Amino acid sequence: MSLPPDLARQPALDTWIRLNADETVTLFTGKVELGQGLVSAIARIGAEELDVALARIRVRTGDTAHPLDEWITAGSMSMSDSGTAMRQAAAEARAHLLALAASLLGVAVDELVVDDGTVAARDGRSVTYWELLREGRFDCEATGAVVPKAPSAYRVVGRAGARLDVAGLVTGATKFVGDLDERGMLHARVVRGPSQGARLAAVDLERAATLEGIVAVVRDGDFLAVVAEREDQALRGRDALSAAAQWREEATLPDQTTLPAWLQSQPARSFRIVEGAPAEGSTEPLEPSPEASATYEATFSRPFLMHGAIGPSAALAQWSDGKLHVKSHTQGPFVLRDALAQALRVDAGDIRVSHVVGPGCYGHNGADDVALDAALAARAVPGRPVLLKWTRADEHGWEPYGAPGVVRVEARLSEDGSLLDWSLDARGLTHLSRPFPVRGSSGLLAAWTLAVPHARTPTAPILVPEAGIHRNATPAYRIPRMRIAKHLVDNGPLRTSSSRSLGAHVNVFAIESAMDELARLAGRDPLEFRLAHLDDERGREVLRGAAERAGWRDRRPEPGRGMGLAYARYKNSACHAAVVVEVAVDDDTAEVRLERAVIAADAGQVVDPMGLTNQLEGGLVQSASWTLRERVSFDRTRVTSLDWEAYPILTFADVPEIETVLVERPGQPFLGSGEATQGPTAGAIANAIRAATGVRVRDLPITPERLRRAAAEPELVAPHA
Amino acid sequence: MLELEVNGVRHALDVDPEAPLLQVLRNDLGLTGAKLGCGLDQCYACAVIAGAEVVTTCAAPACDFVGRPITTVEGLGTPERLHPVQRAFVEEQAAQCGYCIPGMVTRVAWLLEREPAPGDERIREALEPHLCRCGTHPRVLAAARRAAEELRP
Repeated sequence: MSLPPDLARQPALDTWIRLNADETVTLFTGKVELGQGLVSAIARIGAEELDVALARIRVRTGDTAHPLDEWITAGSMSMSDSGTAMRQAAAEARAHLLALAASLLGVAVDELVVDDGTVAARDGRSVTYWELLREGRFDCEATGAVVPKAPSAYRVVGRAGARLDVAGLVTGATKFVGDLDERGMLHARVVRGPSQGARLAAVDLERAATLEGIVAVVRDGDFLAVVAEREDQALRGRDALSAAAQWREEATLPDQTTLPAWLQSQPARSFRIVEGAPAEGSTEPLEPSPEASATYEATFSRPFLMHGAIGPSAALAQWSDGKLHVKSHTQGPFVLRDALAQALRVDAGDIRVSHVVGPGCYGHNGADDVALDAALAARAVPGRPVLLKWTRADEHGWEPYGAPGVVRVEARLSEDGSLLDWSLDARGLTHLSRPFPVRGSSGLLAAWTLAVPHARTPTAPILVPEAGIHRNATPAYRIPRMRIAKHLVDNGPLRTSSSRSLGAHVNVFAIESAMDELARLAGRDPLEFRLAHLDDERGREVLRGAAERAGWRDRRPEPGRGMGLAYARYKNSACHAAVVVEVAVDDDTAEVRLERAVIAADAGQVVDPMGLTNQLEGGLVQSASWTLRERVSFDRTRVTSLDWEAYPILTFADVPEIETVLVERPGQPFLGSGEATQGPTAGAIANAIRAATGVRVRDLPITPERLRRAAAEPELVAPHA
Repeated sequence: MLELEVNGVRHALDVDPEAPLLQVLRNDLGLTGAKLGCGLDQCYACAVIAGAEVVTTCAAPACDFVGRPITTVEGLGTPERLHPVQRAFVEEQAAQCGYCIPGMVTRVAWLLEREPAPGDERIREALEPHLCRCGTHPRVLAAARRAAEELRP
């Protein structure tokens, strides 16, 4: 049997599992906890395969001081990468321990039983794992020769049970990065310009430097920071430094009211998408099918969106004897280490990055950038730990936003209402500004305007399958002729990077809106129309499951109320998810109320049923917020949505009752689920609004204003709502 | 000296009385359960119980709280001795990243203290000012309902 990729790259069992003297077990993962429940899921898998009680398991996440590098925690890959590797590693560790026990007790391996780390022979003699491996270190490598447990034998995986880290979270006991308090620690804040294109014209450092408690005022090119004994002093220092800085600004931003048209007008690098991956070659339009009886054409869009973690990005940095230790809520400790080395012009071997939990958002927010900020500030006070937090305005104004996109769909139907051809053009800004180190340039914000600057990393098209702009750009449906293209617009006016589900949100919104209209054109029920074009049995099952639970077939048309449905398989390779949403739309105000939502999902073998539900439902809530509420606002120079009033998100009053149906697939591979409902939710909401009002809104967010305006355009209103 | 009563303990503190209460709680008393979210009174990650109300603490000067007993999430329970509301949050897995959760736990504990049997609308209304980015709302509502059920006299 071949090893899971992450284990094949790092087969030493000692890298994954260690036994501790206090009869506990430490499991290592190169991934990090973002709120997705990684720690708990890894613990369950390890406990299951080792036959050790969950209470004995400790989990350590990404830290460059430990050699286990699993790159970045993204793309709903925690379970398929690290979970699959841990399952095999733990199974091999157990087999190794059993072999030691068999030789010690002088019996065959298959005569041994294990209960909570104690190996017993039939005659009653027993030995514990910790007695078998006194030093606790495995000196062997995974071979692939061991077969993990059969799912029918599972006692922990897939069973109900609490997530291990929640007790710490609900009591305030868990320390987030921003909660760290180390001996001699100083507090720091940065001062950034009023717009992303601003350059520092002049600054007087003296005023801030003379304030009480200020230990250092740092300037390196345009980078400005204050370091103080106390946090309130750092804030006062920040205000003083900010007031003493003068910036040159230019009007570099497009008109936000016509952002989709601006994106369409910009030069772009184009790729044909073949089997999910970008390929060189023509992106010429499809020849229309001559036998077509109806054509549907429409363009959809989404704006810049914020990651909008509830806490500001933060990092703790300490320089000692030229070596740097950073504690960070980065998604990729090893990537960040190398980026910091490059930006700070020091050797990567002199930097350690340790993951500590931070406020979540499921994407690439300011976590990496603030790590460089903290390192630059701490360099002025060697030996002392420096905790640097962004302000809310730093976060809202400077995080790398979720990328805007425009999706054009053109599709044709045959006489009998079947799809004949489908053309989709996905256009937008990059979803990837992660700090992968490139010679001479940097993905870390502060590096670009240092006294000796690094250039910005040039935008590069993502060429792997189902990523970036082309993630879920290919419909899952059976369509005789298909043409998919992506168009990457370079040099966005605002920085953008990976936000939960990347292009899948707007692509699935467009595809599933179009499928709804095509069903209507064909005179067919939207569920039946989808099923008629979907061959994947697992996809069909979640569609039918969601529809059945929601009462799809019994729905009755009623003015102002509607039900909508949508489906996608995330990345066309991970979790299958169907969403049904019921909305009520106020006749006067056009306010949309989410009355109810149903999710049906197939994520393969389930590890933690409640955790999976939490991920799917959380994705639905976040996507509903994007779809109905969110948009980064800006004038021609500055971002203007710098707090939660200017950037409202969905709140408790607006969250629907959600029912989730999980399809059990014992023994099937883990299918990443953390982003699976982003796209289907957007489609289902738009389709429900269409059913309630007869109005199809194609530009996100679907605000009451847009709904009223769309209703006033007669060509958008279907004759039969 | 600034005198504050926090989680039933009186403290005399040598701090700037104008510093936000949140910073005093976190940096001087080591109570980091209340989180810095916005610093603008907008998200309630920093919520605590002060006297009879749930308040934000990120922008309010500490001196405003003299004579108003303060309860933070640490004053409700510990991982070893969970408050019933905290236990309900654990049982319903009412957390993802968990950053906003201490404020919500505090809010629900405060609500149930005053209204032992709040309806769903009342629970949502009480939690309305609390922002969450992970979309944990459905699980938080489930936890609040479970806690209300368990605490029903």
